[in-house]
Amino acid sequence: MKEALLSLEHLSIDYKIRGGYLSAVNDVSMDICQGEIFAVVGESGCGKSTVAHSIMRLLSGGNAKIEGKILFDGRDLMTCSEKEMEAVRGKEIGMIFQNPLDSLNPVYTVGNQVSEAIMLDRVDKQEAMRQAVKLFQDVKMPDAQERAGSFPHELSGGMRQRVMIAMMLSRHPRLLIADEPTTALDVTIEAQILEIIKELKEKNNTAILMITHNFGLVAEAADKIAVMYAGEVVESGDVFEIFENPMHPYTRLLMKALPRRTKREGRLETIDGSVPRILDKKPGCRFANRCPYASETCRSQTPGVTKVSETHRCRCFLVSDSSDRKGA
Amino acid sequence: MANMVELEKLEKHFRISKSVFETDKRVVRAVDQVSFSIGEGEIVGLVGESGSGKTTLARVLLSLTKMTGGRAMIDGVDLSRATKADMKRLHREIAVVFQDPASNLNPRQTVESSIMRPMVIHGVPRAEAQRKAKEVLDMVKMDQRYLDSFPHQLSGGQLQRIAIARALALSPKIMILDEPTSALDVSVQAQILNLLLDLQEQMNLTYLVITHDLNVIRYISDKIAVMYLGKLVEFGPTDEVTRHPKHPYTKGLMDAAPILDPRLRGREKELMRGDPGSLINIGTGCRFFARCKYATPECEKEDPKILSAGNGHQVACVHPLKIEQ
Amino acid sequence: MRGRGKVRETLQECLRNGNFMVGFIILLSVFLVAIFSGQIAHYGYTEQLVGPKFSPPSAEFWFGTDELGRDVFSRVVEGTRITLWVAFIGATLELVLGVTVGLICGYFGSWVDRVFSFLTDLTWCIPGTILALAVVTLLGKGLTNSVIAISLVSWASYARPVRAKTMSLKNMAFVETGTAFGESSFSLMFRYILPNVVPSLIVMVSMSLPATILSTTTLSFLGLGSQAPSPDWGLALSNGITYITNAPWLSIFPGIALVYTVLGFNLLGEGLRDILDPHMKSQ
Repeated sequence: MKEALLSLEHLSIDYKIRGGYLSAVNDVSMDICQGEIFAVVGESGCGKSTVAHSIMRLLSGGNAKIEGKILFDGRDLMTCSEKEMEAVRGKEIGMIFQNPLDSLNPVYTVGNQVSEAIMLDRVDKQEAMRQAVKLFQDVKMPDAQERAGSFPHELSGGMRQRVMIAMMLSRHPRLLIADEPTTALDVTIEAQILEIIKELKEKNNTAILMITHNFGLVAEAADKIAVMYAGEVVESGDVFEIFENPMHPYTRLLMKALPRRTKREGRLETIDGSVPRILDKKPGCRFANRCPYASETCRSQTPGVTKVSETHRCRCFLVSDSSDRKGA
Repeated sequence: MANMVELEKLEKHFRISKSVFETDKRVVRAVDQVSFSIGEGEIVGLVGESGSGKTTLARVLLSLTKMTGGRAMIDGVDLSRATKADMKRLHREIAVVFQDPASNLNPRQTVESSIMRPMVIHGVPRAEAQRKAKEVLDMVKMDQRYLDSFPHQLSGGQLQRIAIARALALSPKIMILDEPTSALDVSVQAQILNLLLDLQEQMNLTYLVITHDLNVIRYISDKIAVMYLGKLVEFGPTDEVTRHPKHPYTKGLMDAAPILDPRLRGREKELMRGDPGSLINIGTGCRFFARCKYATPECEKEDPKILSAGNGHQVACVHPLKIEQ
Repeated sequence: MRGRGKVRETLQECLRNGNFMVGFIILLSVFLVAIFSGQIAHYGYTEQLVGPKFSPPSAEFWFGTDELGRDVFSRVVEGTRITLWVAFIGATLELVLGVTVGLICGYFGSWVDRVFSFLTDLTWCIPGTILALAVVTLLGKGLTNSVIAISLVSWASYARPVRAKTMSLKNMAFVETGTAFGESSFSLMFRYILPNVVPSLIVMVSMSLPATILSTTTLSFLGLGSQAPSPDWGLALSNGITYITNAPWLSIFPGIALVYTVLGFNLLGEGLRDILDPHMKSQ
């Protein structure tokens, strides 16, 4: 097995709220290797974005209590100084967001902004601009040369996201975190951006951590996935394995809630109830209140992580004896 | 089956210049010569990229904006010649649910008064309206204790249910659903889609569903209308259009849409080049010309008309794709 | 959770907000003084020669006496009523004018907007005090007229934000839905849009009241507002200027009262903005 580039070990994050703590992330562990797309999927409020932001140490220190380890290339980012962290951001780990317009400075041309990023690595101005145009070509920006002179508001959403990717690529990060990178885009543009991300993985051997709520993206591009629910990873592993044989009741129900058929083939499965806000860490499975298979054990004890196979893990009491529940 | 909505060469053109002093005579043809019809009790899905004019079309049907040409018949009423009484009837018969759950309801009104409002202005007595409000809340499977809630106290899925309940208050015949589930999570999306389908079957409602999510369209609709830069490029039964798209744009759209099965990721697909074009400065030819890989000089010259291709399938293309098995 | 929960939540937030609480307490004290001025003042505000002329502050005359031997303390207390009256009338006039024009501009757009926005811009182009002077000259001297004059000058500061807010609310789904089921323009403006502008209006009012009070004081100071023997603070200030070297208490105390009240409104406004501003509140 490949050596992991980024490992989260028992990461827990609690947000300070009025009169207590909100458990946003609980005991999350995952390994992301070079040259793979690792997707963290889940519904809103499941903690997936918090995980992404904590890796970059972008959570404001006062409000979040973080426990566990974030190992990047063997180094614990949690114990790095702010100075060391600045060297890691951009250079080692790049990040792109859902709305690229917020991330671009409106008063400079995009070419200017990308070459600024390149100049951080002591490249002279003309060379930086030349490289910026080259990067625009790499991300398949139409009329790269001309577009480098455009301001962010003159570009379409898809082009802005290309600019963001180009800006990240300019510093050759080994890990790219993409937080809902295509949510605001049309499907046709989404497909193009996805192609670029896949190419990045293949050509540069970059590790990509994709945060998304869109199972379509996961099915199209991810190598491994982690399904999150109420702050915990309920199931993780190889994407083919999990789509074909989901083990956790939550994943199973979600898979059946996806519109993969026509209405004539029957209604979609739904999940009753709503995601709980976890304020006190009582023992018990966090999905128990919505789970059709929940037993007394599920409500009173916290399930551990079970190894279903070498590439498939699941956090559920029912999984060890999964054989008799296969057809459920 | 009677037609509930009949569009004939419907047009909505905007003038570009906003100022009195400018003499910019260019127009944006946001909806251009669109013709199709929706039968009673039918669900038609309207798809296209941003700027395709799908939302403008919906706004014309809702009389939120006036059409500038063509004809729109809604339940026998000609929209451009409707009298005051006709309009009043149409307001009752067409309801709408928009995308954003948070802005769909007046933040300063309780759920109850939001639902009752359409009835109140159409002269339903208060007591009757109150009773009906409870009834529609039941229909969308929401507890009555939410009647006194304010929108900010509810989740996205709950808000969308209430928006649907309000739409049902006047017992409409047609519902226009503009991206009704785009802002929702997968499990909530499934709930809302099922609810919409149940209601449609119970009351034989007619739906026009606008969405960019082709998986949703494939699940919910009987027919699909594909728009590109203000033009209807393809129309037909869902199976036909999704399995045998004839317009290169539809094919590109279908290929771009993610399929929810990793085993199919290696399938052959043609990714469309470039961005959705702009409605300004459109030439005389096919609007898809610049992005189409099958384009010939002929395509640049004339704008293809929408023609029947059998099986209720219509397409506007000079070189429609051959059916492949 | 019911609607009442929100009220309680807002109240709790108010109690926690320092600016709001200080402003609130200041204004409360001003209001109490205005209400009980009869009980608080030692003498009538026109009563002359209650003591020696120009006597400095003492145990008997807390704020001293003026050139006619009137008790300055009693006059300052009585002046509170005038100031609050100015604030009330000013705010009402400005609100009615500004909100109506703002709503109409934002809602109807096109030429209606252009005409009214032009008017609004026009009032911005002319220096406020000069325009007010012109209006007072036209309407005649006097407190009420000067408040009207100030309001005619400053309504535009409501019209603009209300117009902008209306334009963005007009495109919200709930307003479009209302249009689609047949709401009239009137109820769209006043039932749908206006209630959603109210929180920012409350903030705007408490922020612009000090300006109204100060402008009216300025007019009184210039001799165009309140006329003698009114205990108006502005008038008292302008009167006291003559004797500033010999009897500074004639202008100091009305001045302090003015600053105190204006400060109260300002703090309250700041606090309310933090509490009600939807941008800061959106989770």
